Amino acid sequence: MTTQTESQVTRRDFLRVSALVGGGLMLASYADPLEAVERIGALNAAADPTLNAYVRITPDGIVTIIAQNPEIGQGIKTMLPMLIAEELDADWATVRVEQGDLDSTKFRGQSAGGSTATPTHYMPMRRVGAAARAMLVGAAAKQWNVPASELETDKGVVHHRASKRSATYGSLATAAATMPAPDLATIPLKDPKQFKLIGTKQKTYDLKGIITGKPMFGIDVTVPGMKYASFVKCPVYGGKVKTANVEAIKAMPGITHAFVVPGGTALTGLLGGVAIVGNNWWLVQQARKKLIVTWDEGATASQSSAGFAAKAAELSILPPQRSLRKDGDPDAALANAAKVVKAAYVYPFISHAPLEPQNCTAHFKDGVCEMWSTSQTPEGGRGLVASTLGIKPEQVIVHMVRAGGGFGRRLSNDYMAEAAWIAKETGVPVKLLWSREDDMQHDFYRPGGFHYFTGGVDANGKVVAFKDHFVSFGEGERFASSADLGATEFPARYVPNLAFESSVMPLGVPTGALRAPRSNALSFAFHGFIDELAVAAGKDPLQFRIDLLNSEMPAPPPAPAPAGAPPRGPQPVGFDSARMRGVLEQVRDVSGWGKTALPKGTGMGVAFYFSHRGYFAEVVQATVSKAGVLKVDKVWAVGDVGSEIINPNHAEQQVQGAVIDGLSQALAQEVTFAGGAAEQANFNTYQLLRMRQAPPVEVHWRKTEFAPTGIGEPALPPVIPALVNAIYAATGKRVRQIPLSKVDLRWT
Amino acid sequence: MAISLKVNGTVRTIDVPPEMPLLWALRDELDLKGTKYGCGVSRCGACTVHVNGVATRSCQTPVSRAQGADITTIEGLSPDGLHAVQKAWKELDVPQCGYCQAGQIMAAAALLSKTPKPTDAEIDTAMNTNLCRCATYLRIKAAIHRAADIKASAPMTGTGGANKPGSPDPR
Repeated sequence: MTTQTESQVTRRDFLRVSALVGGGLMLASYADPLEAVERIGALNAAADPTLNAYVRITPDGIVTIIAQNPEIGQGIKTMLPMLIAEELDADWATVRVEQGDLDSTKFRGQSAGGSTATPTHYMPMRRVGAAARAMLVGAAAKQWNVPASELETDKGVVHHRASKRSATYGSLATAAATMPAPDLATIPLKDPKQFKLIGTKQKTYDLKGIITGKPMFGIDVTVPGMKYASFVKCPVYGGKVKTANVEAIKAMPGITHAFVVPGGTALTGLLGGVAIVGNNWWLVQQARKKLIVTWDEGATASQSSAGFAAKAAELSILPPQRSLRKDGDPDAALANAAKVVKAAYVYPFISHAPLEPQNCTAHFKDGVCEMWSTSQTPEGGRGLVASTLGIKPEQVIVHMVRAGGGFGRRLSNDYMAEAAWIAKETGVPVKLLWSREDDMQHDFYRPGGFHYFTGGVDANGKVVAFKDHFVSFGEGERFASSADLGATEFPARYVPNLAFESSVMPLGVPTGALRAPRSNALSFAFHGFIDELAVAAGKDPLQFRIDLLNSEMPAPPPAPAPAGAPPRGPQPVGFDSARMRGVLEQVRDVSGWGKTALPKGTGMGVAFYFSHRGYFAEVVQATVSKAGVLKVDKVWAVGDVGSEIINPNHAEQQVQGAVIDGLSQALAQEVTFAGGAAEQANFNTYQLLRMRQAPPVEVHWRKTEFAPTGIGEPALPPVIPALVNAIYAATGKRVRQIPLSKVDLRWT
Repeated sequence: MAISLKVNGTVRTIDVPPEMPLLWALRDELDLKGTKYGCGVSRCGACTVHVNGVATRSCQTPVSRAQGADITTIEGLSPDGLHAVQKAWKELDVPQCGYCQAGQIMAAAALLSKTPKPTDAEIDTAMNTNLCRCATYLRIKAAIHRAADIKASAPMTGTGGANKPGSPDPR
């Protein structure tokens, strides 16, 4: 079996083995130096080799494993070390885990996004663990003069059963450091049937620190002599400072610096604004209240949500600007269809709103900018800081700090550029902390969108035509970030006559990826409309979907890769209808779909969605009172993310969290714009789902033969259409607009 | 001005404006970083501490009003994590990112001190103003029920069964 994970084996990494001062073994995996030079310009020759090694084993038997990726609540700091510990046969209960810093010479893929950590690192991490084990076994074989093949390992001990000899990893570590490093490409790995740790429920490594209030988040970073900073930007994105009363601000109690930052024009970089720095963040906020700025708001100050909606309505009746895909003859098929359904779906801009507002601590000294960041893309952050300050990437040191949620917001590194600039300007260590209002009003929002669907079913209830005119944001052939529609969106390849078309309008608001980007919005529109087609077909909505999945067209030939394009992350994989049918059938069975007579006002809805290589089908049961009050009674989720659920404890959390996150989006989340600026600023006007609204979420897995993939995102998209489809089943009301807080759900 | 605060049993004096919220005095003056800033307007609960045993939003409590009161933060609930609520949180591995959890734990501990055996509805009412952006609500609710059981099986004096020695924990 060839999998996308296996195709990653070609990484040109090599192991470096060192003896630790005082004895013991240290194992590091290095990216090919040439490639590292290509990527970051030069190797940091002075790097301390004891830092950022994957595995350290000291003579006292302590095994320390480095977690290399940003921890944003997805459990990666626990999961990646589990992969190493599994093949190492370390005693997980005593393994110590340390967070690695950004180090492109030793680590790859130090990012949190796209549910990529599992497919990217599942094999490489295991190989590192297997290599360390092989060296310890080799040391024992040499010491006892027995073949390595006669040795077994378990919980940090090497055993030779025949001679009843045992040695701890600690006692072997110094000798193991003299063994040749195995070749990572050929090191044998365990048969998954032998796994002792992978597939078992393990708790969050940092659990005790979290529940006892240890300072472990970005906002908690303290550096000696540190000052606190606020950065005030124009409410209209990209606006610049014309005048500001910085002299008056500087004279206020506790304030040490106040100055104008000119900023650039890219909304993803350093924007113009006023920096205020002082001895205490609250004092800085008091000074901020007295700040008077006149802004040059720029060309986008007239943008508004009302304007976007009016423009969308205008574009919807004009011929589409572009064709994204066309199969067959949709118009002819619609003309001959037994039933034609037309519907417009609308979803809003939403904000990431991680509970820890953006922050970053920076110290610029002797030409080096040292940073403590919660970024999901620290390597990108380093590059942005370097280009903003006009220094080289190797002059930027990034310490990776636990983040209080990410959801995609920390894929952008604007706050890093701001902190770095302020640190350089002041020459003192600075902790930049955004207020909640800064965070909500200067997000990279999930863009809103408008879909104008037309579908046709024949007399047998089969879908014969499907058209979407997607009205979105962008310019020319370029969609705004996360505002695009791919040509492979389902039901492409499952309906013979299909057209995806688009029109765009310009946008002066920053947008970006939010947990299951694109999919979190497209799922609602497409799979709500597919439910309408099921009704038109007179079929059971779940069976209708199985029938649709059974109508797959032949796949088109794969597009050739661009010449010279470097491999980057796991290859995209196609949608496998058999895997989706599997989860759909399983969710039918576990939810009791169609088996229970529900009273009027209560209904079940179903949807499936493929994103980030994961297959999820979900059923929502919802009750709507005659007065229109909605209660989500229960959600059943079935996922197929391949052959192993590495840590079922955190996997369940991610699915439950993603499902409730999706419900939260559907219920009340919306950012609107007026005068070019966001109208919502805090949790009083931007409502997140709270405990009372959280339904039970039953999670099931369908294990398949495929390589394991990630679960941070794919459970989110299907719950939104499943909810609106449940509301239809309960009330007969079809919801074509979210958030639901704006929809009248009363029924009689 | 000089403000004296009794935090986790210790009186400490700081020189800050009387209107400074307790949250920032705790975090930036007393270096107790466990209490978190989430919204600054009493809408998320991340800053929840106990003031005379009552769950209180420290972001909306001026230090002048906290003078003379017994203030307990997450660091003082039980430094070893042995309060019944912390034990239950650990047993069920409640947190995801963990940022809101100090506030959740403090709110839950205050609930259990008044209502030793809360119903689901009572938990919803007491906890509804504590946001969890990762949506760990299902485990929070289960952990509060579990903490109630832990407290009931090992009743202790003081703030909630916090001081029973447990086995040393490597983590």
